[in-house]
Amino acid sequence: MNLSTAATADVPWAVWAIALPLGAAAAAFVSRRNLAWLGVIASLAVSATVTGLTWQVWRFGPRRYSVGGWGAPLGIDLYADGLSVLMLLMTAIIGVCVSVYAVGYFADRSAEANDDMGVAHRDNFWPLWLFLWAALNALFLSGDIFNLYVTLELITLSAVGLVTLAGSLTANAAALRYLLAALAGSLLYLLGVALLYASYGMLDIASLGRTMTPGSVSAAAIALMTVGLALKTALFPLHFWLPPAHANAPPPVSAVLSALVVKASFYLLLRLWFDAFPNVIALNAGSLLGILGAAAILWGSIQALVARRLKTLVAYSTVAQLGYLFLVFTLATPGETSTAWSGGVLFAISHACAKASMFLAVGSIQHAAGHDRIADLDGIGRQLPLTFFAVALASVSLMGLPPSGAFLAKWMLLEAALETGHVWLVVVILAGGLLAAGYLFRILGQAFTPSATAATFFVPRSMEGAALALALVALSLGLFSAPLLDLLRLGEIHVGNTAAAIMS
Amino acid sequence: MQVATWYITISICLFIVGLFGLTACRDLLRRIIGLNIMGSGVFLLLVASADRLPGRAPDPVPHAMVLTGIVVAVSATALALALTSRISRPYDGE
Repeated sequence: MNLSTAATADVPWAVWAIALPLGAAAAAFVSRRNLAWLGVIASLAVSATVTGLTWQVWRFGPRRYSVGGWGAPLGIDLYADGLSVLMLLMTAIIGVCVSVYAVGYFADRSAEANDDMGVAHRDNFWPLWLFLWAALNALFLSGDIFNLYVTLELITLSAVGLVTLAGSLTANAAALRYLLAALAGSLLYLLGVALLYASYGMLDIASLGRTMTPGSVSAAAIALMTVGLALKTALFPLHFWLPPAHANAPPPVSAVLSALVVKASFYLLLRLWFDAFPNVIALNAGSLLGILGAAAILWGSIQALVARRLKTLVAYSTVAQLGYLFLVFTLATPGETSTAWSGGVLFAISHACAKASMFLAVGSIQHAAGHDRIADLDGIGRQLPLTFFAVALASVSLMGLPPSGAFLAKWMLLEAALETGHVWLVVVILAGGLLAAGYLFRILGQAFTPSATAATFFVPRSMEGAALALALVALSLGLFSAPLLDLLRLGEIHVGNTAAAIMS
Repeated sequence: MQVATWYITISICLFIVGLFGLTACRDLLRRIIGLNIMGSGVFLLLVASADRLPGRAPDPVPHAMVLTGIVVAVSATALALALTSRISRPYDGE
């Protein structure tokens, strides 16, 4: 290793990945000028820090960093392994595309009459979005369960603020409903944290994984934290808050909420179940989450099939697709990195890119047409070819057709389901794909129905381009999955240590 | 009955009362108050858990957690109240 490599190896990229968006958010809040430029430059800079961290983890393995040199338990430890780095990369790719889209969306005054948004509301997008990004990065990098609570709340507060940017009464009501549900989820989680601290006196996920013993307090804490996080991830039947909030937010916000915010609480659940709780979890609990996940796939898809509004359809599709993520808890054994676990993470990343693209494209349609009633969208496909190309490509990913990342992820889940003898899950996974094809063809079919009206629609190029770029990323994930899965395995060192400690 | 058990019982009772208020009431203000009562239950449990090792100085970590938790609760309550007032008094031009 030469000197320059040694120097870059010591750069605390993990800290910068949080501090940079936080600083940019504060700057955007104060300056109020050239916000679009500030936002795009900040998004590129944050992506650069995440790339630096990815390189470090790839080269030197999982990393731990004590902020300010204080160390746990009084200080805050940041921890980065393959899983957290993949989540950060996913956030960075979607973050850059959403920022580019937002520049076009908020600058375009041609469709001003169609949006309820005032100028003051537009200016609030950038600080809130950068705060949200900082909170997401902090969540993916935190290693202790109380710090994770704080990041969860930061995510909630900025996400709810973003929903209210739509300005309408419906959006405000949806935002409040979302806030109350999310706060209830966080408090359930926090009560679990308090119980764990009262009985074990520690907060670090890895240490908890080594120390936790089965018992009634552990079981209560696990149940509380799981229910709280399932509420925040909108697992059926706790999904009631998601469709109104995601369907009424401005398009760049819907994309971020559906792609990233719900993944954050899922990531935390995955971390806890596989790193902190593996020797305490009862097997039935995982089956229960799997059953609810399967119900979510069916219920969400049926609601999407009957939805009248385009954005409601896409929001219910999120409810359905989140169901697949919970199958992991049935199919993977806590404490080891398996096919189902990797498949679940790959599915989360693939869904994030495809759903962000879908919400951005649908936002362009709504922006151009002035409404998103599916029945009145005849013939709009010819007017916005690039946008509908993005819709079609994102649909391929959401249905799980090759070569998308979702295809590979579903394949891995199917393989695990067959291996563990869960034949009914095979049926659900396949049925979910068919139902997805059903509701997605509703959009495409209506859009390419010939219509008598000859209205012309216009959407800024940056909006169309951002949606298309994300759709292409989602589609090509299947082709580049080998390095992603290798990166994911870098967490195995961590999980392996925990498992070894349990055995000794 | 031990002191610790008392604290745990009272915190769980507060949490359940708050959760009931949040889920069963229709009035938005009552639901927000319910959330705050849930929070108080958790904070009480955390404060009590500082006395984990009897005869020794209290553990400072749960106190730090409660302070942070109070800050979060205040901000979240403020946001919820702001949204509630916006919904109850919709401004012109909607």
